[in-house]
Amino acid sequence: MDWSLPLNLSTQGVVIDRLFWIIAVLTGVAFILVEAGIIWFSIKYRRRDGQKAHYTHGSKKAEIIWTAVPAVILAVLGIYSGGVWADIRGASALPQDALTFNVVAKQFEWNITYPGSDGRIDTADDFVVRNQFHFPANEPVIVRLESEDVIHSFFVPELRVKQDAVPGMTIPIWFEATGTGEYQIACAELCGLGHYSMDAQVVIHDRADFDAWSAGQAAGN
Amino acid sequence: MATIVAEGTGQAILEEHHPQTFLRKYMFSTDHKIIAIQFLIYTLFFLMIGGFLAIMMRYQIAWPDQTLPGGGILPESMVASGYMLPEFYNSLVTMHGSIMVFLAIMPMLVGVYANYLIPLQIGADDMAFPRLNMMSFWLMVPAGLLTLASFFVVGGAASSGWTLYAPLSARPDLSGVELGQIYWLLALVLIGLSSILGSVNYITTVINMRAPGMTWFRMPLTVWALFITAILGLLAMPVLSAAGIMLLFDQTIGTTFFLPEGGGQPLLWQHLFWFFGHPEVYILILPAMGFTSEIIAAGSRKPVFGYHAMVWAIISIAFLGFVVWGHHMFQSGMNPMLGLSFTISTLLIAVPSAIKTFNWMGTMWRGNLHFHTAMLFAVGFVAMFAIGGLSGIFMASTPVDIYIHDTYFIVAHIHYVLFGGSLFALFGAIYYWFPKMFGRMMNEKLGKVHFWLTLIFFNLVFFPMHGVGMAGMMRRIYDSSGYAHLQGIQDTNALITFAALGLYASGFLFAFNFFWSMKKGKKAEANPWNATTLEWQTPSPPMHGNWAETPVVYHGPHEFSHPDVEDKDWLAQNERPDVVSPAGGGH
Repeated sequence: MDWSLPLNLSTQGVVIDRLFWIIAVLTGVAFILVEAGIIWFSIKYRRRDGQKAHYTHGSKKAEIIWTAVPAVILAVLGIYSGGVWADIRGASALPQDALTFNVVAKQFEWNITYPGSDGRIDTADDFVVRNQFHFPANEPVIVRLESEDVIHSFFVPELRVKQDAVPGMTIPIWFEATGTGEYQIACAELCGLGHYSMDAQVVIHDRADFDAWSAGQAAGN
Repeated sequence: MATIVAEGTGQAILEEHHPQTFLRKYMFSTDHKIIAIQFLIYTLFFLMIGGFLAIMMRYQIAWPDQTLPGGGILPESMVASGYMLPEFYNSLVTMHGSIMVFLAIMPMLVGVYANYLIPLQIGADDMAFPRLNMMSFWLMVPAGLLTLASFFVVGGAASSGWTLYAPLSARPDLSGVELGQIYWLLALVLIGLSSILGSVNYITTVINMRAPGMTWFRMPLTVWALFITAILGLLAMPVLSAAGIMLLFDQTIGTTFFLPEGGGQPLLWQHLFWFFGHPEVYILILPAMGFTSEIIAAGSRKPVFGYHAMVWAIISIAFLGFVVWGHHMFQSGMNPMLGLSFTISTLLIAVPSAIKTFNWMGTMWRGNLHFHTAMLFAVGFVAMFAIGGLSGIFMASTPVDIYIHDTYFIVAHIHYVLFGGSLFALFGAIYYWFPKMFGRMMNEKLGKVHFWLTLIFFNLVFFPMHGVGMAGMMRRIYDSSGYAHLQGIQDTNALITFAALGLYASGFLFAFNFFWSMKKGKKAEANPWNATTLEWQTPSPPMHGNWAETPVVYHGPHEFSHPDVEDKDWLAQNERPDVVSPAGGGH
């Protein structure tokens, strides 16, 4: 294990990873200060004959400092996180006219509805492939998530995407892959006895390859 | 249990008037001290069970392709031809969490220590409602039996996670578990009732039964923490109980509160569960913070640094704890616009936690630190809780949570809070108050070995889980070998399992020390730690009724190293400085 995040392949992953490492540095500094302080005090003030503890009930000044400093840092972090979140999940963040797929989860498989040759979902030429999610790189795509039975969670680590699929709801998410290759969808929400093996293949193509694959599938149907 | 028999004149006098049978005295006792000890034995038993479930789980995670050693003695519905079945693994995941939260940690923090300490620390002779108190323990007994029995019914124990997310938890046809789930929900309702009765009792006792002079701001921080915890319990547990009954109805009589096919909403369950669940996290940590404050003050021979700030931090954590539940649901399909407000409230609640951490360090600063076992665990609590608090910031940040939600990063975080936090503080509390409870000291040498083994193994188990989570390992999976992105962490998973075995084994060292010391430990004085709060100013163990005469309180709870007191470094709450050291008077 190398204490890193896996390869990132999405535009959202760039900002998510950056935010992760900003927090890692901030909390890392706080971690070192607190743990070093505890160890230092434990050694320096350990019991000695004749040593008398300093009698004090505290310090207003110290309280104000250690209330205000974390509050300011956390507020800035919260506002920054809110901005990034709005870019990813905000109501207006969903791209217009992006290629759209329906992903329907059920115990223990992922059924992907493809838009077909017209590039539009919910039309007659749509086709469904089980446990295979092909899509093009370098353009935003939309996934409309649904579930037929229990709650599942759509997780592709390399795309830094995770969203629960909830029965009775249709939840749209979007992402843009920055490279091609073969990966996996994993289910991240306990969904029953086959939860651990509820995976599906993810294939990210460049656009021409995707169109060719899609045409081949449509012809095969 | 003969060692519990109190010595002292008060007891003798009372016994003359009320001869008690063994049953009345130790089984159906209304004495808060006996009830606390009943809770302690009960919760230690379930701590052992909960830990054992985790060990079986860890074995499966580390070596999914191997047979479970000793698995042959388990029924075919759990382990078939030597291999653990995924449905049994899901039951282990579910019941480990459920047992640890509801039958071990929570009743140990509250059932044991609110019961034991509140009357003794405020100078009362018992709880306000002793019979209600007895009932709150005896409701836990059928709850525990139902929980254990649920493993052996058709379909096995509940398997939808300790969070019981609907529809999986409500649909036996989809989970494969019917009776086990019903048993657990019934147990949960009993636990809820027990907890509500307990809360009413603790709140009433603190408000009405404080000794003369025990003003609000002279109460020990343990009492403050337990009082606020009781309020949290009173407000949160009814929500869980109601939601649990709704879930039971969905499962058994065909209602559809949480099932979309009948117009219900799966997310309603999550809102109700987490509206309880997040205050619950603070129910599980505030008392631990209280114990830690007492032990660190006594161990450092200093008053608690920033006592008032500590009280206000407890109160603000409790208040904010009710408005952060949505941070468990960032990826649930809840309207994303809610994300920002829950992020802000969640980051805000980190501030009082930080204040408390700095004040504990302030208490140690320029102290005269006595590192007995209880102090080691209390300082260990601060060091480990800090890690759990800091790792929480990652998931409070909504975009980062997209990636780490439902991974082992969360598992690492929750265990730094509930084990490194709550359980470390509880071990400290057991070592610290054991002499008061049983009249004997626990063995310090064994205690120190137990501390260091626990600290080392705990960190070897849970620190690497942050890395496992960063690699993207999902929670609650029975076998990760089918995932390309998880191939590189299998060695780490095996290391974690070895360390978990060590951690579990060191628990038996503690158990040995506990039961051996109960019979054979060195006799304890009334005040073995030279501490200031009232429970130390009466014999160990205290007589029935607690006090020879009702104590009168003259000042705050942690007057260590008072400059006006010359011949000792502590001043009990019921001692006046001008009486202890007349020369140094003037206060």
